[in-house]
Amino acid sequence: MSELLDIRGLTKAYPGVQANSAISFSLKRGEIHALLGENGAGKSTLVKTIYGLVKPDLGQMFIDGTQFEPANPQAARAAGVAMVFQHFSLFDALTVAENITLGMANPPPRRDLAQRIRDVANAYGLPLDPERRVGTLSVGERQRVEIVRCLLQSPRILIMDEPTSVLTPQEVATLFQTLRQLRAEGVGILYISHKLEEIRTLCDTATILRNGRKVAECTPAEQTAHQLAEMMIGIELERPLPRLFTPGETLLTLRDLSIATEDPFGTDLREVNLQLHAGEVLGIAGVAGNGQDELMLAISGETKATRSQIVFETTQIGHLAPAERRLRGLLTAPEERLGHAAAGEMSLADNAFLTGRKRQRLDWKGFIKPISTANFARAIVKRFDVRTPGVEASARSLSGGNLQKFVIGREILQRPKVLVVNQPTWGVDAHAAATIRTALRDLAASGTGIIVISQDLDELREISDTISVIAAGRLSTPARNGSLTNEEIGLMMGGPKEEAAHAHA
Amino acid sequence: MENIKNLNSQMIVTGAALAALAIFGLMNGISPVLLFASIIAAAQPLMFAAIGEMVVEKSGVLNLGVEGMMIIGAVAGFATAVSTTSPLLGVVAAALAGAALAMIFGILTQVLLANQVATGLALTLFGLGLAALVGQPFSGIKPPDFPEVDLIFLSDAPIIGPLFFGHDLMVYFGLILVTLTWAFLTFTRTGLTLRAVGEDHDAAHALGYNVIAIRLAAIAFGGAMAGMGGAYLSLIRVPQWSEGMTAGAGWIALAIVVFGTWRPWRVMLGAYLFGGVTILQLNMQAASITPLWLIVLGLFLAAVQVTVNSLRNPGPVDRWMVGLWAVTVAMGSIAQTYPISIPTQYLSMAPYLATILVLVVMSADKLRTNLNAPAALGRVFQRSN
Repeated sequence: MSELLDIRGLTKAYPGVQANSAISFSLKRGEIHALLGENGAGKSTLVKTIYGLVKPDLGQMFIDGTQFEPANPQAARAAGVAMVFQHFSLFDALTVAENITLGMANPPPRRDLAQRIRDVANAYGLPLDPERRVGTLSVGERQRVEIVRCLLQSPRILIMDEPTSVLTPQEVATLFQTLRQLRAEGVGILYISHKLEEIRTLCDTATILRNGRKVAECTPAEQTAHQLAEMMIGIELERPLPRLFTPGETLLTLRDLSIATEDPFGTDLREVNLQLHAGEVLGIAGVAGNGQDELMLAISGETKATRSQIVFETTQIGHLAPAERRLRGLLTAPEERLGHAAAGEMSLADNAFLTGRKRQRLDWKGFIKPISTANFARAIVKRFDVRTPGVEASARSLSGGNLQKFVIGREILQRPKVLVVNQPTWGVDAHAAATIRTALRDLAASGTGIIVISQDLDELREISDTISVIAAGRLSTPARNGSLTNEEIGLMMGGPKEEAAHAHA
Repeated sequence: MENIKNLNSQMIVTGAALAALAIFGLMNGISPVLLFASIIAAAQPLMFAAIGEMVVEKSGVLNLGVEGMMIIGAVAGFATAVSTTSPLLGVVAAALAGAALAMIFGILTQVLLANQVATGLALTLFGLGLAALVGQPFSGIKPPDFPEVDLIFLSDAPIIGPLFFGHDLMVYFGLILVTLTWAFLTFTRTGLTLRAVGEDHDAAHALGYNVIAIRLAAIAFGGAMAGMGGAYLSLIRVPQWSEGMTAGAGWIALAIVVFGTWRPWRVMLGAYLFGGVTILQLNMQAASITPLWLIVLGLFLAAVQVTVNSLRNPGPVDRWMVGLWAVTVAMGSIAQTYPISIPTQYLSMAPYLATILVLVVMSADKLRTNLNAPAALGRVFQRSN
């Protein structure tokens, strides 16, 4: 009997990049098969090919021994392939039921659909209210919508693209249970992740990709995480050394900071209190959409607070604009690389000028000093190993990881007194992530206070001195890193709001 | 719950405005029935164009060429009606001409990825110029009469007859179109897909929907509707052809879409409100009434709004409320005692000033507007493969 899915010699080239070259592997019934690799290794292109979004240049695919050439996602779905995207393909303004209808080939009539959503959701332990607007759901619940949408079509092959990167530990446990149940029912699951421990506990087989090629196939449970990482990257990783932390003077204080958001799907900040000391790395954990962005905007000055709510060193700065805060040494690097941290169409040098103008004295009486600016940009490129043809290249032309190194490096090189970063290594490969984390630790060692907002708990464990959790716009009292277990942090991430919602459902 | 509340306040304010107009009409010896009939006629072209544009914007495309498509519809409808002596054929031709012009915009912005704002503005300029050229031989001609709906008994009934049954075919056709558009967007799968495309084109593409085809269809529909709106002007409302006869109606239609927060019934309501303002200023010009009454009307509507709000919310009465009513009454008595007249040109500005005012008021309430605004509005969709 032939395999469920058989891939033979898939090849796809984009201008300048060989995304996939001659990749072959097979997926059995009732198997969870990991696709492992760094960013740009070709995982996404591979699964998009299977889902009919990308047409391969060469190679063939077979389902149950019959040739499979999906012209579009509808054809792939008809053949039993379902996919849960990393960036959810959900519509905030529509309801859960409407979102699910959109992803189905032949949706049942409205009334039946609501009932079927409830049935499937309960069968797999994924409670969902079909009438709620997706914009009001937490990230974990949104993923549930995606999964339920797939399950309603009784797929035979389920593709999961980095499903756990935004979930709390408890939500991850629920997801794994669902996946194991599906495996028992004979569904073949392709599981993309770069979280190695997860793959070791969950997956039966792993195919490892590097630079578009398959470099190994193994049974992950028989390998250590370190061995897997080396297969994936091909080199040794640097790790920041643990370090004893003694709190210095207080640099940044937030006092009962409450701000109502203007975003219809945003989160209000509620009485946020915080003290950041010199040399401290404070990690703020939490599931996306719990007030991280709003907190970031309040500290950077993009939304104003009242004067006394934010104190920098000894000055009250709640009313000051971003530029004035930057001049004093309070620097921030927001989450969105393109469009918020950097202007895509502008060159790296211009982008360096945008935040470095005052602190690096890159202007003179309103004129840009081109040589100093270019030198500053070159210093960032050199120090953080940003791969670019030159500082005149546009920010958009850089890959995500490289641009991230650039925007974080730009702030670090300005020698901030306080630096706030949001998701500093999101979507960045392991090597670049290690560089950024080490640079943040080194900066803290020189006396800077750093706040790292991140959804990656392992990352916070690795670099923070103290950890605090943000849930529903409230910030918990910081605790020493190590004094809390992952389970405790996970429960705090759920927050009181979440529990009430579940009790209600 | 929230929706019902919002609708109520908007409906009450519009209702109050219409009631004020009726009283105004009576006071000046104009029959309120006639007044309403003329408001409907003034609102109809706006309604066609605005409903069309609403569907286009719901699909995530901002077409600023409404004015251009309207005037092309006006001239095409007029020319066809005159040469074939069939006004109905004229309307069909207007819809086709509007859609054809819209497809130029569609291909430029969707296939060739041109900037939507710039292309839309260019479309308006192009449409105005082309219409002037095509319309040259037709100025001063009288078009064939548009067939009236004659429901013998109903049309002859007092008050109700002329109010509800005495209109031309296009008025009823417009109402049916609004209903159909509403049902299409709310209940059909294609309507849902269209909204999804306007919400997030990348996600819709990832689900396998043809974003470009859906948007082109919406753009064509918007063009056809604008074209019909134009034909209503040249064949029924005015009825004759003159250069630049749309006089900014397309821009008002764009504002009405925002005023109606992208919901069909509210867009219709908005069209009637703007139609009312237009008729009001015309009648004021005729009756040479002091413009102070305009201020009184504005104050009156603000007072109604504040009162509705404060009655709905529990707690102490809004202190603005009493003040506003007092100022309204005071202003009213001043307007009554000192009839000053001003040049009519200032009165002609009223609809446009109202447009600006509405846009300012609506964008002040960011939260509510954002909730129903299509999130991908005006963003260029670049297909990846």
